[in-house]
Amino acid sequence: MTVAIRNLTMRFGEMPVLEDISLDVRDGEFVCILGPSGCGKSTLLNIVGGFVKPSAGEVVIDEERVTGPDPRRIFVFQERGVFPWLTVEGNIGFGLFRLAEEEKRNRIAYYVQLVGLRGFEHAYPRELSGGMKQRLEVARALAVNPDVLYLDEPFGALDSITRLQMRRELLRIWQTERKTVLFVTHDIEESVQLADRVVVMSQRPAHIQRIVDIDIEHPRDLSSPRYIELRDSIFAEIGLAHQV
Amino acid sequence: MRKIVLPLVTAAVLLVAWHYAVRLSGTKIFPSPVAVAKATVALAEKSLLWRYIGDSLMRVAAGYLLAVILGVPAGILLGWYPPLARAFNPLIQMMRPISPLAWMPLAVIWFGVSNLAPIFLIFLASFFPVVVAAMNGVRDVPPVFLQAGRNFGLTPRQQMTRIVFPAVLPRILVGLRIAFGVAWLVLVAAEMIAVDSGLGYLIIDARNAGKRYDLVVAGMLLIGVIGLLLDIAIRRTERFNSVRWGFKE
Repeated sequence: MTVAIRNLTMRFGEMPVLEDISLDVRDGEFVCILGPSGCGKSTLLNIVGGFVKPSAGEVVIDEERVTGPDPRRIFVFQERGVFPWLTVEGNIGFGLFRLAEEEKRNRIAYYVQLVGLRGFEHAYPRELSGGMKQRLEVARALAVNPDVLYLDEPFGALDSITRLQMRRELLRIWQTERKTVLFVTHDIEESVQLADRVVVMSQRPAHIQRIVDIDIEHPRDLSSPRYIELRDSIFAEIGLAHQV
Repeated sequence: MRKIVLPLVTAAVLLVAWHYAVRLSGTKIFPSPVAVAKATVALAEKSLLWRYIGDSLMRVAAGYLLAVILGVPAGILLGWYPPLARAFNPLIQMMRPISPLAWMPLAVIWFGVSNLAPIFLIFLASFFPVVVAAMNGVRDVPPVFLQAGRNFGLTPRQQMTRIVFPAVLPRILVGLRIAFGVAWLVLVAAEMIAVDSGLGYLIIDARNAGKRYDLVVAGMLLIGVIGLLLDIAIRRTERFNSVRWGFKE
């Protein structure tokens, strides 16, 4: 499942937001789109997801032009996207209404297990922590067996310890399921920890400033010279001295 | 336990204060709590009281349920289709501040002295709060829920039944509770004028038929207690698991 973004341009009224973005995402690849807040990276993901029409350009997935959202490509929001009126099981099974009852039950059980929510099947989101809600949303997305996952700053609302755990979880799940992943973040460390490639966006109007290959095997050692080198090159690229 | 003690103590103190206020002032137009208690017992011994309560409950149920059955779908539609709301909202907002009691003369002309007049007024009283709660609730459904629904490939009809309705249900329940409060207020007033049975009629009849203020106050207390019990019953619905997220613990 390859995602081809071709000459994408977006304006809100007179204001240019995205300028001529082109990017090819390979099958099974984990790509992070990194940029400062308000640069238009969420808009980019919403266009790729089919929720917003671009002013010009197109998104083509496996030779097929994107005209709207599609269950083969699921968008994961911050934790607020889980349905509070459904249990963990109800949420994970939400997109499985076309399946036979038994198949549905098996899938729910599998993904409850995969994201570590065993014992919480009948709990409601209000009874879960932020990290658990986020894992639930990922499970709900994975349960419909999509080819692509779009994640829009999914861990932004979590505390920093939970965020680290969630990254490890996401990588584990990604290695099990081998989905193509587009992950939007403003967190440089996060992008270098997760991605095969980091797409660095400029300030608005956003264009692709640079694409960085992260050529480190998983699990990544966050104190290895190569990790620090790549991280610091992105800091420099964005114009930040890595000092506090 | 502590939840009951304080209200009970307060009630006891107020009853004693009431009793001595009546005794010491020697008033003839306000009954003592003992007189009210005796009047209540006397009423309860007659089948008339139970018939009156039954009539009142029947009227409020009919008008209120009709308002819910029509008001919830109407509110959801208005919230879902903005042009519809633009067309009807000014009218709704103008009708809303008109006390249902202002319809009384028309209701009596249209329906005569029958159950239909108070039912109509109760319907009017509860319809607007229900419509407005459902309408505003639908407008406030977080866009991420709708977006997720579209993403999973829901049809517009499924979007309505699987996303909009459950998302708006807590707000509707709040509207139902407010509507019931208004309906219960209007019931008593409507029964004072438009019919010859019910709790409102009991009050007006007790005064007209011999200035029985003990019966008047007994009727008032009954209205308060029954209203409170029904409100508690409605609040129970907020504890259901699928709507509990919409309410503070």
